[in-house]
Amino acid sequence: MMLKMLVAVAMLASALSSAAERLPYTPVTDARLAHPEPENWLMYRGNYSSWGYSPLARITSKNAHTLVPVWTFSTGVEEAHQAPPIVNNGVMFITTPRNQILALDARTGELIWRYRRELPADLFQLHPTNRGVALYGDRVYLATVDAHLLALDARTGEVVWDQEVADYLAGYYMTLAPLIADGKVMVGVSGGEFGIRGFVQAFDANTGKARWKTYTVPGPGEVGHDSWPGDSWKRGGVPVWVTGSYDIETKLAYWGTGNAGPWLGTTRPGDNLYATSVIALDVANGTIRAHHQYHWNDSWDWDEVSAPLLIDVKRGDRTIKGLVHAGRDGYLWLLERGQNKIGFVAAQPYVHQTVYSKLDAKTGRPEYNAAARPKVGQRSEFCPSIWGGKDWPPSAYNPNTGFLYIPANENLCSALTGVDTKYKRGELYIGVPFEKMEVFPTAAAKDHIGELQAWNIAAGTKAWTVKFPFHNWGPILTTGGNLVFSGGTNDRYFRAFDATTGEVLWKQRTNSGVVGVPSSYEIDGVQYIAVQSGWGVDAQRKQEYLDKAFGTKTNVPQGGVLWVFALGNAESKP
Amino acid sequence: MSDPAPPDRTLNVCSRRRLLCGVLETALVGLAASSALVAAATDTDPRKLPPQLGDELAYSSDDGGKVVTAAEIKLHTAPIIAYPRDPHTQVIRERSRLNQILLLRFTPKELSAETRANAADGIVAYSAICTHAACGVSEWNATTLHLICPCHASQYDPRQRAVRVAGPAPRALPALPIKQTGNRLTITGPFSGQVGAEKS
Repeated sequence: MMLKMLVAVAMLASALSSAAERLPYTPVTDARLAHPEPENWLMYRGNYSSWGYSPLARITSKNAHTLVPVWTFSTGVEEAHQAPPIVNNGVMFITTPRNQILALDARTGELIWRYRRELPADLFQLHPTNRGVALYGDRVYLATVDAHLLALDARTGEVVWDQEVADYLAGYYMTLAPLIADGKVMVGVSGGEFGIRGFVQAFDANTGKARWKTYTVPGPGEVGHDSWPGDSWKRGGVPVWVTGSYDIETKLAYWGTGNAGPWLGTTRPGDNLYATSVIALDVANGTIRAHHQYHWNDSWDWDEVSAPLLIDVKRGDRTIKGLVHAGRDGYLWLLERGQNKIGFVAAQPYVHQTVYSKLDAKTGRPEYNAAARPKVGQRSEFCPSIWGGKDWPPSAYNPNTGFLYIPANENLCSALTGVDTKYKRGELYIGVPFEKMEVFPTAAAKDHIGELQAWNIAAGTKAWTVKFPFHNWGPILTTGGNLVFSGGTNDRYFRAFDATTGEVLWKQRTNSGVVGVPSSYEIDGVQYIAVQSGWGVDAQRKQEYLDKAFGTKTNVPQGGVLWVFALGNAESKP
Repeated sequence: MSDPAPPDRTLNVCSRRRLLCGVLETALVGLAASSALVAAATDTDPRKLPPQLGDELAYSSDDGGKVVTAAEIKLHTAPIIAYPRDPHTQVIRERSRLNQILLLRFTPKELSAETRANAADGIVAYSAICTHAACGVSEWNATTLHLICPCHASQYDPRQRAVRVAGPAPRALPALPIKQTGNRLTITGPFSGQVGAEKS
């Protein structure tokens, strides 16, 4: 019986692989990643500079009101659908929670193949999500929630290699889209709430062989090790769970790092390098060439994992090779990148912030209000909340407007009360019990909490703000058609905004809340906007805090659907 | 610093064996399931086995490994986290976190009839693994007497067969039937349902 099954499977394999071989697929090269074609969306944020920008301009602020859904696809799973549709010459790849990959015909929505990972039954999923695949050659790369890195055949979905990156039973997991440069696949690990020691690791894209591994918490003898007391470095957290940016000129990858653990800084006195920082990694060997720590000895769960956007910023008569970061700490940072240095240029709050009393004018190092630093056995309030002015949902930059678009949350604060905690392998190691993690709105929250902000980066001034009654958890896409696309609100809408003025030009109510990263692509002269709608994880958790505070009961249904939009009239045709 | 050697994960059939995952997934479901069953049946490591009939309840080795006595479980206090222990070999089945068990005490009259049927004079035992995303149900509200999962805020009422009372969990925590003989607690049956999260 078993033999018959195997023969049948082999025959099916032969038939399907023949069909798969006919699937037209364009290999992804270093040159294409360095200069992606406007019609494609080849990586997490569309380009190495993490702009979230598509130059496509058939859909414009003049005609966006005619957008209609052209096809949808149900993913079959619940929880947070955060991954962007990645598109390569007509083939789309999306990922979902539970590490499913769907390869779809980007024009018709026809399923080409589906990969579902069989996850261990004992996997502790604090963040059941995934933020997308990476493409290189004729392969698709996936970082999994049980801490493996996979390479799959882009034509068939067959697993070509499977590399364990870390031990999930020790609390390591991965949710980010890999970053590919110089023939290497780079990933970072999550697990900051489990007492891991964070790192970024590179693998050979072809063979899966490990090439280098750089810890975000320095070990004995390494620079920065003395910023950790005793053995705290062994379980210091500092995860890396959002895809980095890459400078093709210097071959440096810029990664944002998470907070140190346990949460309260008093349990690990010192700066705790390289927590809550941006680090510049030499892609050739993983060496940390430079870093900037946004804030030291974190006590607020303010991960700074969002990678900085690489933007040339004109200030006076000088053009700064900038690193722009809307921090979870509620500050908008402008840094200057060099081969072996990251310099501080300027920073200012973009939401109400009660922790920093001042920043050093030369280095940007903050000083703290003592009352706003939570301690063991003592309740301390601070703003913004533990989810920060902005959490992971990425900002976007439009080179035509010169604006940075930030999915922000205002009028929301937190209080934490710490307890002594003991490390147990694979268990939460936070030092703040759930009931002592408070998130509460201020009086001004009656007006609004969520915001979409536009900042003129050159001038350092805010251009406009769109307000939402509840929180905003919407990743951002901006386009050459003078548009900004984003969802993120509990009313399930996905919206198009005028990139210059912030005016809402179009909106579509979807199946769930839109926490997916939007993307845009073009096939045969038709421009499409694509996004996943599927509420979950922290957006849902935050909603529960807000419902408790406001006495509301908000129902955001779960279950993921991919939506693809195009112009609904003759303007969509070339 | 290197991480310890990875544990055996024979259930992860697809990726481990490089079988034609994806395209052939549907066709291989039967094969994969068969392989998993064989792997489970042949895994004789007593530290990973699920609770066995007659097992005692013990603290983890990290917490001393002693047997949990009935007297140690106090009325309306935070749960004790225990594991099954073979009374003959003293092996603690702590190599699988799916074996984590919550022990709590109530007065018998506080318990629903269904809950009381699995309890030992007011002592109840439940899986400590949340049915939403398999996080550890590690927190306790002493006012509401609810169990809390800190990951996504699911809450369970241990007096009512640990039914979900808040959050995204799809079902109750599985109960573990126990009996008390003197000060000794033993397991009298399997969990009442699947431990951990259901697959989407």
